[in-house]
Amino acid sequence: MQEISSKIREIAAKLLAEKKVEAVLGFMPGTIPLISAPTVAGTSDEAASLCWDRFCGVNLANYLPKRTGGRVAVIAKGCDSRSIAGLVTENQIKRENVYIIGVPCTGMIDRAKVMAAAGSPEVELIENDEQVIIKADGKEITVALSDVLQDNCQGCEHRNPVVFDELIGAKVEEAAGGKINAAVAKVEAMPQNERWKHFDEMYSTCIRCYACRNACPLCYCEQCFVDDSQPQWCGKSTHPVDVKTFHIFRAYHCAGRCTDCGACERACPVNINVRELTRKLEKEVKELYGYEAGLRLEAMPPLGVYKEKDPQEFIK
Amino acid sequence: MADKKSEIRNPKSEIGNWQPKIIAFLCNWCSYAGADLAGVGRMQYPPNVRVIRIPCSGRMNPKFILAALRSGADGILVSGCHPGDCHYLSGNYFARRKFALFRSLLDYMGIEDGRIHFSWVSAAEGERFAEVISEVTEAVRAIGPSHRLNRKVMGRR
Ligand code: SF4
Ligand code: SF4
Ligand code: FES
Repeated sequence: MQEISSKIREIAAKLLAEKKVEAVLGFMPGTIPLISAPTVAGTSDEAASLCWDRFCGVNLANYLPKRTGGRVAVIAKGCDSRSIAGLVTENQIKRENVYIIGVPCTGMIDRAKVMAAAGSPEVELIENDEQVIIKADGKEITVALSDVLQDNCQGCEHRNPVVFDELIGAKVEEAAGGKINAAVAKVEAMPQNERWKHFDEMYSTCIRCYACRNACPLCYCEQCFVDDSQPQWCGKSTHPVDVKTFHIFRAYHCAGRCTDCGACERACPVNINVRELTRKLEKEVKELYGYEAGLRLEAMPPLGVYKEKDPQEFIK
Repeated sequence: MADKKSEIRNPKSEIGNWQPKIIAFLCNWCSYAGADLAGVGRMQYPPNVRVIRIPCSGRMNPKFILAALRSGADGILVSGCHPGDCHYLSGNYFARRKFALFRSLLDYMGIEDGRIHFSWVSAAEGERFAEVISEVTEAVRAIGPSHRLNRKVMGRR
């Protein structure tokens, strides 16, 4: 991690000095424990404060489509690089306008899990590649690293950046995968009424803050459908129907685009597992159309193409 | 208990004369003409559908489906031209992918089978149109009134 941090600082300073980019999007140490904050480094001085650790979960691709101006460099994990590729495919950014500094990733730590284990928000962490020692309230707890990683990192099949201009450090081994399908299958196996109850309960605490939407790199529409008023597709309240309408379409319009980066889940203040719907769609898209988002720049998104022989058993 | 509550909130179902309301989104060039043909041919089919004409099944936005359910529809039918027959050549092929994913998402969330239907009906298939409507109406009747995404039914279910 230390090595990667200094490499990032070095590369950022060089890119800025050579005026290859206007700014570098990266991370700096956060102001609260267990979160590194996204930052924009525009000078080599600012580049010196860049860091890399297991708290750099934020998907920086989110900042790209909203940006105007020239070329920027961006630090990208495997999932982030796929989001960037998706944004290029969807014509939201130009490939030549981003300089992608890829960082192979072995998982980001889930702050909520650490705090739950520690029973306190005041924690200090010491980690190596297998274990995490959590210090809180004068006590020390040792847990396996995999137990406190974000859910999406645990089954991640694309830890190495897929598009990049420069790669920092050596490529890492990909995880076995199949986790998404297993998680989806668990819900699929429930009887229909149970499934409904499950989602009804899951969304019952949603406060419609839209953090999940705003954190997602795919949500770049000028006007979101939830803000439409004529016609109004989705009521403004936290009535269960309004909440579910929001979540159904939030997930649905990520179909074939979501890279399971986990930004939505990480952003939710009430810890709703909003990836439950997007990963179902991810699984369907892969099974029905053999597509995984953001793996190739030239691939057309699955809803923008068709095959004459596409499955249609559900149509009378 | 839950059932009792839902009935109080739905006086119509309590008095037992509930009739399913079905919204049918029909493509102008085929299924809509098919419906016309069924009418001209005086074919009998259940009077439970309200038709909304769309220019092509490719125009169908899944938002329309939830908007209908939200305002109290009990069932939905979306019908377009057979593959290869779309007036705009490929609208229904794109639509098919959208429908497949939307359907499986709703199914995953626990929306009842038989709530939402899709079909291909051509302008020449008046009889088939009548059959499809009967089939859809029976399926919706069998599962009862729609509550799960109905904004008019208050409270949690
Ligand atoms: S829906 Fe969630 S997991 Fe998927 S790309 Fe958006 S933020 Fe990432
Ligand atoms: S972030 Fe959480 S609470 Fe906020 S809208 Fe999304 S699911 Fe609801
Ligand atoms: S014109 Fe009927 S489906 Fe396209």
